[in-house]
Amino acid sequence: MTKAFPGVLANDSIDLKIRPGEIHALLGENGAGKSTLVKMIYGILKPDAGTILFNGRQVEIESPARARELGIAMVFQHFSLFDSLSVVENISLGMNKVVDLQKLANEITEVSKRYGLPLDPKRHVYTLSVGERQRIEIVRCLLQEPRLLVMDEPTSVLTPQEVKKLFLTLNRLAEEGLGILYISHKLDEIKELCHQATILRLGKRIGIVDVDDESTSSLANMMMGDELEKNDRHHTPVTGAIRLQVNRLNMPAKDSTSISLSNINLDVRAGEIVGIAGVAGNGQDELLKALNGERCAPEAASIIIDNQPAGKLGPNPRRRAGLASVPEKRLGHGAIPDMDLVDNAFMTGFYRMGLLAKGIINYPKTRIFAQKVITDFSVKTSGSSVPAESLSGGNLQKFIIGRELSQHPEILIVSQPTWGVDAGAAQTIHRSLRQLATQGAAILVISQDLDELMAMSDRIGAICGGRLSPLYPTAKMTVEKVGLLMAGVALEEGAADVASVS
Amino acid sequence: MWPRLVKRQIPSRLMVYLSPVFALLLSLLAGVVLFIIMRVSPLAALHAFFIEPLSSIYGLAELGVKATPLILIGVALSLGFKAGVWNIGAEGQLTIGGLCGGMVALYFYDQEGFYIIPLMLLAGVLGGIVWAAIVAFLRVRFNANEILTSLMLSYVAGLLLNVLMHGPLRDPDGFNFPESRQFSDSALLPTLFDGTRLHIGFLIALLVVALGWIILSKTLMGYQIKVAGSAPAAAEHAGFSTSKIVWTTLLLGGGIAGLAGTIEVAGPIGQLLPNISPGYGFTAIIVAYVGRLHPLGALFAGLLLALTYLGGETAQIQLNLPVAVTGVFQGLLLFFLLASDVLIHYRIRFGKPELAVEKS
Repeated sequence: MTKAFPGVLANDSIDLKIRPGEIHALLGENGAGKSTLVKMIYGILKPDAGTILFNGRQVEIESPARARELGIAMVFQHFSLFDSLSVVENISLGMNKVVDLQKLANEITEVSKRYGLPLDPKRHVYTLSVGERQRIEIVRCLLQEPRLLVMDEPTSVLTPQEVKKLFLTLNRLAEEGLGILYISHKLDEIKELCHQATILRLGKRIGIVDVDDESTSSLANMMMGDELEKNDRHHTPVTGAIRLQVNRLNMPAKDSTSISLSNINLDVRAGEIVGIAGVAGNGQDELLKALNGERCAPEAASIIIDNQPAGKLGPNPRRRAGLASVPEKRLGHGAIPDMDLVDNAFMTGFYRMGLLAKGIINYPKTRIFAQKVITDFSVKTSGSSVPAESLSGGNLQKFIIGRELSQHPEILIVSQPTWGVDAGAAQTIHRSLRQLATQGAAILVISQDLDELMAMSDRIGAICGGRLSPLYPTAKMTVEKVGLLMAGVALEEGAADVASVS
Repeated sequence: MWPRLVKRQIPSRLMVYLSPVFALLLSLLAGVVLFIIMRVSPLAALHAFFIEPLSSIYGLAELGVKATPLILIGVALSLGFKAGVWNIGAEGQLTIGGLCGGMVALYFYDQEGFYIIPLMLLAGVLGGIVWAAIVAFLRVRFNANEILTSLMLSYVAGLLLNVLMHGPLRDPDGFNFPESRQFSDSALLPTLFDGTRLHIGFLIALLVVALGWIILSKTLMGYQIKVAGSAPAAAEHAGFSTSKIVWTTLLLGGGIAGLAGTIEVAGPIGQLLPNISPGYGFTAIIVAYVGRLHPLGALFAGLLLALTYLGGETAQIQLNLPVAVTGVFQGLLLFFLLASDVLIHYRIRFGKPELAVEKS
C-alpha cells in the first residue's frame, strides 16, 4: 500500500499479512505510518496505490461501512460515545438497522460474559471509567462478528491492571480464530501479547518478525534504527531546598467536563525531577493550570514558591517568581498555531526576557530570542517567520520546551513532554530536562507514559480522579505499584517508611 | 470531472489578499446578471454605480464623506473581531454617540466658541463607550452572547433617538417636524476644500487607521487581541485576561463608533434627525472583513463600500433603480468574500486523484 500526503510519503509500498487466529503487531514510532496504514484498511483513507486481499479475494474498501460489511472492525484510540446515553443505547446507535434494545442488551451481556468484558448494558456512559468505555467499543465490534479486529494503541488509556484483563480477552478472541491487528509502540506489550510483528519506520516496512525470536531491545533497534541510545537512569540526585510546595490544594471543577482537584499535597526540591503518572483525564490539565497560575487557588498559602505564598498569583507573576510551564496541548495552548515563531517566542518570554518596553514590543530583541531557541534546541524549521502550525509535533515541542528552558526557570512544570515526539527529539528533551535539574531547578513532569516517568523521575506519584497519591522514590517503585496508584489504590505496606524517607 | 477542494498544508498568504479581489469581481459579475434581469443596460448601470461618482471633484469628496464613518468603525471592529469579540451593534453605538454629541451642540445652539466641537466629540465618544459598556458588562459578568446583546441594543438606541426627536429635542420653530434645530457654525466640522462637504472627520479617520495599525502590530495590547482571537487557551497560558480584552475591544469599538456618530451629525448632517445613519454600523462589518481585519485594509474597504452608497444614489437618479440595489451589492460582496476565503485554506483540483487504486 502506498499513500502520500502533501510533503510526506506516509506509506511507501507497505506489505502486511495477517492470518486468522493471529495477533499481529504493527510496530513503529509516532509518525512511522501506522495510523495511515490502518486507516486505509478500515476505509477512512483511500490508498494511492496497492491492493487489499481479504480472505483471498481482492476488495476495494471505500468506506468504513464497507469495511464493517466485510468483517473488519476497529477500536479507535479516541472513543465515539455519548456520555448521557446508556451502554446499550450507544451500541444501538452504531448499528446500521433498527434493533430491539432489550434483545441487544441480552446480546451485550452474553458477549461480555463470554470474553471477560464485564459491562452493564443499562449503565450510563458518564458513570464509566475509561477502561469500561473501551469495553463498550470492543463489545460493539464483537457484536458484528468480525473476522479482523484492528486495535489502535488500546492500552494508552489503561492502567497496567486493566491492560492485563484486556490481554486475556484478546488471547481468547484469537483462540477462536479472530485475526487481530494490534498497533503499538510499547515493546513489552507486544512481546507479551503478539505472535508476529510488522515493523514500520518513516513510512517504510523494515521487516516482519516472529515476536518469540526477538528481544525487546532487538525490536527497539528495528523500530528506531540507530537513533536509540541508552539512558543512564536512577542515579541519586543532589537535592536542595524545597522550591515548589503545594499544601491541601482544593480546586472545584470549572465545568462539567473538568475534574476538581482535592487535597493535593506535593513538594519538589531543587535538583530533582518529580513524576506524576495517571490515566488521561484524571486532573492532569487542572493540576498544571493550578500550578502555573492559569487558574488561581482559593487560598494563597496552598501553593508556595521559594517560601512565598503564590496561590493567588497569575501566570506572569509566577513566571517572575521563576516558575515556567509547558502544557500538554501544544497547538492552541502552548503555542499559537497561526502566528510565527517570533510571536510565539514572545508569548511566554516577554516577561523574563525583557521583550517589552512601555507596552511596545521589542521585535528585534524578540527575533534574536526566537532564533536562539531554534539554534540551541535544533528546531528544524526554515526560519523564525513560519507559523507554529507548520512545524512537526516534535519540532514544535522542542521549540516550546526550548523557549521555557532558555529563560532559565527555577521551577519547571512539564505535561506530556514527549507525547507524539519521535525518539530522537524525545532524547534531546529528556537530556535537557535532566541538565536543568542538575543546575538546581525543581522539575515536575506530568505524563501518561509510565515508562518515561520510571526512566527519568527521581520521585514518582500518580493522580487519579483529581487526588494525588503520596510521592515515592522511583528506585523503590515498580510499574505494578505505580499502576495501583494510577487506579487510586493506596499502597499499604511499607508506605509509612517510604514516606518518611522522602 | 468535478473540481475538488484539497486542503493546503499551510494557509495561502497570497489568497488572503486575492480573495477580496475575487469577491469584488464576482460581485460585479452577479451585478451584471442582476441588471440584465431588471432590464437595465449592465454597462450603463455599472458606469452609474462605479465610474460616475468618481468622475468629479465633488464626487470624490462625497466618497470621503461617506467613507469616514465606515473607515472609523471598520478599524474599531477589526480589532474586536480579531480578538473574537463579535460586536455587531456598532450602529447603536454610533446612534448614541451622535445623539450625545448632538445634544452638546444643541445645548450651545446660540453660542460660538472653539471648545464646542471638542466637547461634542468627547460626548460622542463617551456615549458610544457607555452603550458598548452594557454589552461588555453582560458578557463578562453573565457570559451573555455579545452578538445578541449588541444587536438588540442597536434597536434600543434607534428607538431612543426617535423618542427624543419627537419630544424634547424637536426644533421649537420646526413646524412639528421630528428634527432638531440646525447646529450653530461653531458646532459644524470645518470642511477641507471649498465647495465640497469633505470635512476634517476624514483626517480623524486616517489618524485612527494609523493608530489602529500601530496598536495591532507593535503593542502588547494588539498582541493580546491577536492571541485571544486566534487561540484563547494560549492567551490564558500567556497570562492575558480574557475579560480585560473583552472590555478593551468593546469600549474601543463603542468609543470610535460614537465618535463616528458625532462626526456624522457635526459634518454632513448638521442637526439631529430621527435617523442619522444609513446603516454605516452594519456596513462597517463588511468593511472589516473585506479589509482582512487590518486597519489599512479597512481604509480601502471603507472607500469601496462608500462607493456602493454613492453608486446606489446615482443609479437611483439616472436609471430609476431602487435604492435597495446598494444593499444587494454590499451583501453580494460579503457573500462572495466568505466564499472566496475557502481558497485561503484549500486549493481547487480538477480530475481524479493522481494515483488511483490499481485495478488488476
